[in-house]
Amino acid sequence: MAKNTQNLDEVTIRFAGDSGDGMQLTGTQFTNTTALLGNDLSTLPDYPAEIRAPQGTLFGVSGFQIHFGSLEINTPGDQCDVLVAMNAAALKVNLGSLVDGGAIIVNTDGFSDKNLKLAGYPSNPLKDPAIQKYTLYEVDITKLTTLALQDMNLSSKIVDRSKNFFALGMMYWMYNRPLEPTIEWIKKKFSAKPDIMESNIRVLKAGWNYGETTEIFKVRYEVGPAKLTPGKYRNITGNQATAWGFIAAAKKAHLDLFLGSYPITPASDILHELSMYKSYGVKTFQAEDEIAGVTSAIGASFGGSLAITTTSGPGVALKTEALGLAVMVELPVVVINVQRGGPSTGLPTKTEQADLLQALYGRNGEAPIPIVAASTPGNCFYAAIEASRIALKYMTPVFLMTDGYLANGSEPWLIPKSSDLPDLTVKFRTEAEGFMPYLRDEKTLARPWAIPGTPGLEHRIGGLEKQHLTGNVSYDPANHEYMVRLRAEKVERIADDIPTAKVEGDAKGDLLVVGWGGTYGAIKSAVTKMRAEGHSVSHLHLTHLNPMPKNTGEILYNFKNVLVPELNMGQLVKVLRSKYLVPAVGLNKIQGLPFKSVEIEKKIVEILKGGK
Amino acid sequence: MSTKVNEMLASAASVAPVKYTSKDFSSDQDVRWCPGCGDYSILAQTQRVMPDLGIPKHKTVFVSGIGCSSRFPYYMNTYGFHSIHGRATAVASGLKMARPDLSVWIVTGDGDGMSIGGNHLIHLLRRNIDVNVLLFNNQIYGLTKGQYSPTSEVGKVTKSTPYGSIDYPFNPASLALGASASFVARTLDRDPKHMQVVLKRAAEHKGTSFVEIYQNCNVFNDGAFFQFTEKESKDENVVFLEHGKPLVFGKEKEKGIKLDGFTPTVVSTKDGKYSVNDLLVHNEKDTTLSFILADMTMKPALPRPVGIFLSLERPTYDDMMTLQIDEAKKKRGEGDLEKLLNSGDTWMIN
Repeated sequence: MAKNTQNLDEVTIRFAGDSGDGMQLTGTQFTNTTALLGNDLSTLPDYPAEIRAPQGTLFGVSGFQIHFGSLEINTPGDQCDVLVAMNAAALKVNLGSLVDGGAIIVNTDGFSDKNLKLAGYPSNPLKDPAIQKYTLYEVDITKLTTLALQDMNLSSKIVDRSKNFFALGMMYWMYNRPLEPTIEWIKKKFSAKPDIMESNIRVLKAGWNYGETTEIFKVRYEVGPAKLTPGKYRNITGNQATAWGFIAAAKKAHLDLFLGSYPITPASDILHELSMYKSYGVKTFQAEDEIAGVTSAIGASFGGSLAITTTSGPGVALKTEALGLAVMVELPVVVINVQRGGPSTGLPTKTEQADLLQALYGRNGEAPIPIVAASTPGNCFYAAIEASRIALKYMTPVFLMTDGYLANGSEPWLIPKSSDLPDLTVKFRTEAEGFMPYLRDEKTLARPWAIPGTPGLEHRIGGLEKQHLTGNVSYDPANHEYMVRLRAEKVERIADDIPTAKVEGDAKGDLLVVGWGGTYGAIKSAVTKMRAEGHSVSHLHLTHLNPMPKNTGEILYNFKNVLVPELNMGQLVKVLRSKYLVPAVGLNKIQGLPFKSVEIEKKIVEILKGGK
Repeated sequence: MSTKVNEMLASAASVAPVKYTSKDFSSDQDVRWCPGCGDYSILAQTQRVMPDLGIPKHKTVFVSGIGCSSRFPYYMNTYGFHSIHGRATAVASGLKMARPDLSVWIVTGDGDGMSIGGNHLIHLLRRNIDVNVLLFNNQIYGLTKGQYSPTSEVGKVTKSTPYGSIDYPFNPASLALGASASFVARTLDRDPKHMQVVLKRAAEHKGTSFVEIYQNCNVFNDGAFFQFTEKESKDENVVFLEHGKPLVFGKEKEKGIKLDGFTPTVVSTKDGKYSVNDLLVHNEKDTTLSFILADMTMKPALPRPVGIFLSLERPTYDDMMTLQIDEAKKKRGEGDLEKLLNSGDTWMIN
């Protein structure tokens, strides 16, 4: 039968099911296909820490949200327009994020008495009149999947595991996306398991055909390609972009890349990714603990590698002493903190920005470390290169801050040309004449990088205070103060070597919204909308948090109000207030989730109305 | 790929080899251990052995942690890294992985290596990274002024154990063997000749070489090993392990070790009941035997075994890492950044 096709500028879909239902895979496939169609997009995987939590439970629900469109997309969407719920628990957990009048597609088989009980529903919500404010599509996905595979003689376990492809097929039909990219992916992934390959492809097609032939779906949607900057694109997650950024930095520095790391959520994917690139000379070392992760990196740096260590907040806590050592011996190391909810083990799979003060101040003694923060998944690539540049040029440890939201989220990424990336070529010290381990470059104050194996430059370094120039152990009081001040000045001078901060919007006005890290998209969306409504609001997003761009204060002073939205109790706002003496106020959210644009919009309106 | 490290190595390769003396390995820094400390002998033997190894001093790196022993790198005129407490093993692991061309030595103590750094030590040993570990065992914390250590004997009265230590001690050799070390040896600060032999063997061994050195702390634990090191008691209390030779000891070599099942026992070869032919013959390739010999350390009735417990060939981590990289490059070609960036599913926007 002929179906209606409607055009949409943007749409947000949330796939939700048991953590064993393959929702992350479903979401990722939908994302990749959508990216290939040229839509702009942003994703939010939202999954529990348990690998396969007990089936049907509320805490076992895994979700994946994708916001895509023909417009510029900056966030994964405040609310979803379509919710795909594979069981009752998935409906209960996610119904609150569905817009009024939105569509729900449920797998009716996931609403058995047992499912309802596990989800804490006293009666079937699908029969509740309250559900009528949404458009409900009831599909027995389990049964339809079983029917599609009935002649294949597969175990019920395999059949059950295929049902996510039915849901995916239906959504491909509904949003008019091709099946081929996913079919190709299935063929590659399951090449060694022909049964599973065939069953998944069959079920995917069955889902598509169901949309096409059944009468319950009356409308299909068309979402045209976005007007992105011309060029070649790929879809990329933050963790992948981070890994590639370091491969690029090592290539541009003509160094081998060494990663010392201990597995930790949500940073482990960087280790997985980098371990594949041995042909690029990348050495990955899964160490026995976080401390060995960073100290092996320091050892590799002493030997002349671009050395990095990847971790999350609890791991940074363990690396703290070694980072003080790196400050003292003045060797380049980049520490990547993929922030997650804390303190302690906290919320391993959820996002947060509460480690900024840890990066700034979390060491014994006066131990300044430069900090670079990534703003979007794709930006992680450039932030990794910038962190490496600073580390190598200034002979210093550097923090690269990302977070769980950036790490697992993805967006279309304009592929750069290798030749357009900055040249990071390093120069090892080789001349023995006049060599002193702590004789500094006049401009950068960096000490020479003299690596073992260089004849005539044998020297000793270590964690004891160094004598200026010679690097010999020194307990001299005046020398200690001099060295503490030198190390601080070295980091401060980086401010001369980073771009000045640029305001998005007017340079003066009623309100400046200042952000850092993964809140970029939400702030940008909110400020763009408020500006369109005629408000005097601008956006400043900081990439360099230590040192900050030289014009930061000047920018702040040009606005009547300063608002700092952060996924913490107010860390950047504390720094800005103490450093620039501005009456900045915070907007703080500590729920393990990114900001919704609307939350920031509300605060902007409140401030502009005179409230704080 | 031509990296900056390779460029440096290529230019360094043209430097003519130098015939070194032990003095060449002595740095310009004043040695600051207490007068009479066993560390002086270890430093002297190390400097004596270095010229015989045929490794340029610019290719040699000493890495240490924290403690009296860990000041060692400052006194060696090689590259050196005095790192943080317990982590020398991990720093050195990273260095050796990054630079397999270097000769890497770790200097640690019983506290640094077996207490705060115990975790890194066992993982280094199982990985068999090609470095040398010198563990100075003085059974005391010296730098923090006299607390008991993980090798102190039960009942030891120290500043932190006024009622006597209730910690059961580690036997470093057994711990190393338990961690699958491929080379495990013990030597004595007061036996320079023996130490030189062991250090040379450790340097020659491909894989992690673990050398426990009994070292006298004459300030906080004086005489801890005198029964094994002093002339009047040494012969009766130490049995030297030599590959292929029976285990004999005593002033007149009149005693030996015989295996009774798995249990070593002391027998006399002079009373007519047993001869040298009945004695246990050392085999440093025999892992099972190495455990039995190391365990003798904890049996007061038996002489203390000193020498090389085990020396076994096993693939090294650094070699295997290099091999994987070489094979990946052979199979896929030298990594090309442009290719990487353009890999996978891509699309054009015009």
